[in-house]
Amino acid sequence: MWWEYITYFINATVLAAALRMATPLIFASMGGIFSERSGVINIGLEGMMLTGAFMGMLVTFYTNNPWVGLVGALLSGGIVGMVHAVAAVRYKVDQVVSGTAINIFAVGFTVFMLRTIFDVAGTSPAVPRIRTVALPVVRHIPVIGEIIGYQNPMVYMALILVVVVHIFLFHTVWGLRLRAVGEHPKAADTVGINVFLTRYIAVITSGALAGLGGAYLSIAHLSRFGDEMTAGRGFIALAAMIFGKWTPFGALGAAMLFGFADAVQMRLQEVGIPRHFVQMIPYILTMVALAGFIGRATPPKSIGKPYEKE
Amino acid sequence: MRRVEKTRVTALQRREARVRRRCSRPQAARPKHLHTFGESAVENILELSHITKRFPGVIANDDISLGIRRGEIHALVGENGSGKSTLMSIVYGLYRADTGEISFKGAPVQIGEPRTAIELGLGMVFQHFMLVDTLTVAENVILHAEPHSWGFVDYKRAVKAVEELATAYGLRVDARARVADISVGQEQRVEILKALYRQAEVLILDEPTAVLTPQETEELFQVMNNLREQGTTIVFITHKIKEVLAISDRVSVLRRGKLVGTRNTAETGQRELAEMMVGREVLLRVKKEPAKPAETVASVAGLQVRDRRGMPAVKDVSLEVRRGEVLGIAGVEGNGQQELVEAITGLTAPEEGLVLLHGKPIQGLSPMKIKRRGVSYIPEDRHKRGLILEYSVADNLILGLHSDPPFVERYLFRNDRQIKAHAARLVESYDVRPPNPDQIIRTLSGGNQQKVVVAREFSRDPEFLVCSQPTRGLDIGAIEFIHQEIIRQRDQGTGVLLVSAELDEILSLSDRIAVMFDGRIVAVLTIEEADEQRLGYLMLGGDPQQATGELESGVTAK
Repeated sequence: MWWEYITYFINATVLAAALRMATPLIFASMGGIFSERSGVINIGLEGMMLTGAFMGMLVTFYTNNPWVGLVGALLSGGIVGMVHAVAAVRYKVDQVVSGTAINIFAVGFTVFMLRTIFDVAGTSPAVPRIRTVALPVVRHIPVIGEIIGYQNPMVYMALILVVVVHIFLFHTVWGLRLRAVGEHPKAADTVGINVFLTRYIAVITSGALAGLGGAYLSIAHLSRFGDEMTAGRGFIALAAMIFGKWTPFGALGAAMLFGFADAVQMRLQEVGIPRHFVQMIPYILTMVALAGFIGRATPPKSIGKPYEKE
Repeated sequence: MRRVEKTRVTALQRREARVRRRCSRPQAARPKHLHTFGESAVENILELSHITKRFPGVIANDDISLGIRRGEIHALVGENGSGKSTLMSIVYGLYRADTGEISFKGAPVQIGEPRTAIELGLGMVFQHFMLVDTLTVAENVILHAEPHSWGFVDYKRAVKAVEELATAYGLRVDARARVADISVGQEQRVEILKALYRQAEVLILDEPTAVLTPQETEELFQVMNNLREQGTTIVFITHKIKEVLAISDRVSVLRRGKLVGTRNTAETGQRELAEMMVGREVLLRVKKEPAKPAETVASVAGLQVRDRRGMPAVKDVSLEVRRGEVLGIAGVEGNGQQELVEAITGLTAPEEGLVLLHGKPIQGLSPMKIKRRGVSYIPEDRHKRGLILEYSVADNLILGLHSDPPFVERYLFRNDRQIKAHAARLVESYDVRPPNPDQIIRTLSGGNQQKVVVAREFSRDPEFLVCSQPTRGLDIGAIEFIHQEIIRQRDQGTGVLLVSAELDEILSLSDRIAVMFDGRIVAVLTIEEADEQRLGYLMLGGDPQQATGELESGVTAK
């Protein structure tokens, strides 16, 4: 009896769906880690994702190649990241204000562009998308094969990205310096690390990764762009990053949890629980997680504080 | 590609080889006291000429010329604000001098930022450490000079390099520990290691002992001796004359931005240095008449207090303070003094026991109520508890009195005229500088900030005065002033409880001394019975019977 309930919600199909739902969160939260580990709050992840989603679609529309579209998303996210970096690092604007401005700007920009270019409201025309692939061998492993054997290439990219970011952050010279800059920029500066340059690169990278996360929505998961299609995923990614204590694997775990909640929500709808109620679940989970489960999450110490030389 | 990698490795190996050489052949560096007075072969490794630095409104350094000799420990002393830290910050590239020149190893140098200084072979350990808490000791030491291959940090080699350096100079620290988990003393050692790893030949220590316990200070001096023996030159900034005499070879004194003079430490003494620092004769011991104690004003009986973690911190303490006497509480910090004071002043409620003022219990009352009954309190951390740093001097002077007449009118509104008059009076009589009641208190020097606290608390004519570390971090002039004020309070008939980690302070102010160890009062001595050795022995948990012979151990001895 209980077993049936459990397997109804936790099974390979749901987990595979969870992984799909988690993918954009993983990209964006890795972006968040870059930015915040360097000491710059990036509440603009949402806007960077949205821009990436739009530009990914747009480039794909003109080139007919979603992989080129992906590069477009990467670059456009990076450019928005650069805007945030210039505001936060060069002009020492309050980072929350700058990020919020980017979010609002991105909504207006994408809606406007969609109408100007395609003369449509709401949804873009369909574009080619990155197609799901089947992994040889892995596909045939029981359970695991069902979960990860047949997924979008961007899902695999996201998983690889987590490993890469982890190695970068904790095992390379640049990762060490990045963390030092985020914790104690003055200490980093006095031993010769260029704090400003480090932060620029980190925030631009952050935007680029968030852009990829957005593009997953428009040219991998779906094959079109819709107004405000990120629907708060940038904020959820931010929550995943905090939930995961600013570590790649922690954020991956949190993103998976949120993705799982998303997938379960679809199942709950099938059994007749009101849609809007179940859609709250991921968000409630976020708050519960942030409030108590993880204990106190300590952000990088200099976060939000612009660095000034004497 | 391969070749690039190879040269990188060899550059690193060269560094390591150099470090090893320094470690393994300590004596080879150069003959020890090359600079010994009278010899002609003195070489200045660092030479400052005519350095002037102005900040808005002050001349921090006024035409200072100074030579630091290779291999010496050169003490740089002066009161707070005399310009010693500014001068060394210029050397380290944090500030730029307006005029003047610096030469290093005989060649003129331009040091625009710290990394230039580091490349030259200068290292500086600041009062506020430049360490990344979340990283390990080794990671902090190697930061931006990491041993690596293909960009991957070679952590094992880093740990090894740090451990080798640490052993060579006697700097005990665990290379793999996170900085957040180690003590302040150890953090300082990490800072020194950072400089040594970067092959500093001149090491500047900015008030290194300010944050250390006496034991840690001893250890630091040992390290400084090791460094000197192995050829490192040290500039030691301090305002404690005793330390100058204990460790330095030569000493330069700054006063108000000017160099007063340089002496060989062996040929000078406490009195001369104090005079050079302050510019007038200084009372090294407070002048005071014997106390005329009257009836008991305040007492505690059977007091038990727990600390913030819930551990017993004050264990069955009984004491009494009489009118017109100073009862000193001596003890190594962290033996329950802070909790005792907090229980008396109402900041925490004792678990058991009584606090009596004029025979009436006050334990558990709010700090405000206790204050209103005539208790004044100089807290040990003036920034956290004594002052609101963003407020003006005038507003800080009425903290705690702010809701009392005459500072309030019509129940609600500030009476600015009264507040101003009150401030003007106190600023004048307590010599707060600058004498501007509207000045934001953060911009005052530590000594003047403390004068504001003292002025506020003393001017209320307290019956009972609790002073916790009243002169911590202050310079000689301010210490002298505050000591005199405390004695003046005593002579007016106030009962004074003085808690201090400075034995000198306890000995020069107290009439009776209670020694606190592990939450208990282990002995109460009269000033005649007490001396530094005996107190030191008791403070470390020595047997009171042995220490005194005839003294009755325990509590409210007279």
